[in-house]
Amino acid sequence: MLEVRSLQKAFHPLSGGAPLVALGDVSFRVAPGQFIAIVGPSGCGKSTLLLCMAGLMRPTAGTVLVDGRVVSGPPENLIVVFQEYNKSLMPWRTVLRNVRFGLEGRGQSSTEIDAEARRALDLVGLRGFERHYPWELSGGMQQRVAIARALARRPAVLLMDEPFGSLDALTRHELEDALLQVWGEVGATILFVTHDIEEAIYLADRVHVLSGRPSRVLEQIEVALPRPRHQLKTREDGRFIAYRHQIYELISRETARHAPASP
Amino acid sequence: MRPRVPWLGLAVLAGGLAAWEALSRSVPGLGDYVPPASRVLLTLGGILANGELAAHVRASLVRFAGGYALAAALGVGAGVLLGSSRLLYSFVEPLVELLRPMPSPATIPIAILFFGIGDEMKIVVTAYACTWPILLNTLDGVRSVDRILRRTAATFRVGRWRTLFQVVIPAASPQIATGLRVSLAIALILVTTSEMVVANDGLGFYILDLQRSFRIPEMYAAILALAVLGYLLNRGFLALDGWAMAWHRGATRKELL
Repeated sequence: MLEVRSLQKAFHPLSGGAPLVALGDVSFRVAPGQFIAIVGPSGCGKSTLLLCMAGLMRPTAGTVLVDGRVVSGPPENLIVVFQEYNKSLMPWRTVLRNVRFGLEGRGQSSTEIDAEARRALDLVGLRGFERHYPWELSGGMQQRVAIARALARRPAVLLMDEPFGSLDALTRHELEDALLQVWGEVGATILFVTHDIEEAIYLADRVHVLSGRPSRVLEQIEVALPRPRHQLKTREDGRFIAYRHQIYELISRETARHAPASP
Repeated sequence: MRPRVPWLGLAVLAGGLAAWEALSRSVPGLGDYVPPASRVLLTLGGILANGELAAHVRASLVRFAGGYALAAALGVGAGVLLGSSRLLYSFVEPLVELLRPMPSPATIPIAILFFGIGDEMKIVVTAYACTWPILLNTLDGVRSVDRILRRTAATFRVGRWRTLFQVVIPAASPQIATGLRVSLAIALILVTTSEMVVANDGLGFYILDLQRSFRIPEMYAAILALAVLGYLLNRGFLALDGWAMAWHRGATRKELL
């Protein structure tokens, strides 16, 4: 369904000099309907991986397969949700028209588009905010609009780049639960990049831990926690704490390995 | 929100008019060169009533509208094109940097060579001068469209033209509006200047003609009319801008909080 084969990405600095290898050799497979979280030390190329998978950046080597087809540009049934909702939403469009954006120009009638957009807004709990402008809403609600816009397209794969990274802790937890509920209803495959280890464990079926640059997948950890998850009970579960321990150690070992040698 | 009346500003304006009136009447000989404000206003009423002013205003407005509209189309078009391609911009950058600082009235002699002394010449000269601020602001606006927004359009597989018209141009529109506003004043300057150089109607011609025929109160009245015309055009633009760019003010105000 979703497969990454030996993906590599190097950036060549404009000033010349040695290329910066963001992705060393990244490979993994995701079965349909799975929720995968990707964590790693900061600057390890998580976003680069996601952009390459979305067909928004050309990898130096390797391939990404969506539904068995090699990604060479943005695939039809895959949508990216970015962290910067205030930049990805269009401030000149109302909430409803923002959600309509992804549906327009594809041969559907305006009434059909409206119905789809309203359905998506219902899914994320934003009924009644159709005529508001994004900038009239809180950050959490704005990100809900961006998620609704993505869901309206009924994508098979949703790539999310630290979508809750700029929200406060309470709002983040609220959106995590909203996302899990929506995921249960639409059954898309979700690849969720985050720097928050607990968020990764809380949400995912499996957590992929990336190494520092040049990154590869250090470990794939199956999360055997029951669903539906619960902000308190799940996080207090002994297994949750054990996963947290394991992933934390993996990442801090990576961070230490990459730290500049002390004089 | 109710628009506030700028009482203090109006008081200063009234004070200025009163000082003009008093000085013109009290300083010996000054009244010949600067007639009292009341006389200028009465004269303005006169040339308004007999239709003399209206004909010249109409001629100037036609040139203004032609030049401004041409500049808007050219400036936005070229700005979008150059803003979308660094390579293309690098080809024309030296040319732009050379022509832009040149005072626009210098184009009047060339325009006369090519277009004669009629309306076309004045429209071309006005369009030339107004294109620059619109072009450069559009260019900058298009360049600063956030890449997250572009990537959003790309992930939704929005085509090139829809991205241009529904993402890039709306996102750049606040800066395009800035360029259009700057050009509004420039257009009036160039229309007036070109009419002063060569014309047989229009406000620029009228003002200069009144001075040459020593109709001094009428000259001041026409200058006052020109100022009012500029003021009204600006107010009209601001009203339109306030309506079309309401989202931008809303969005940026939020960011300041």
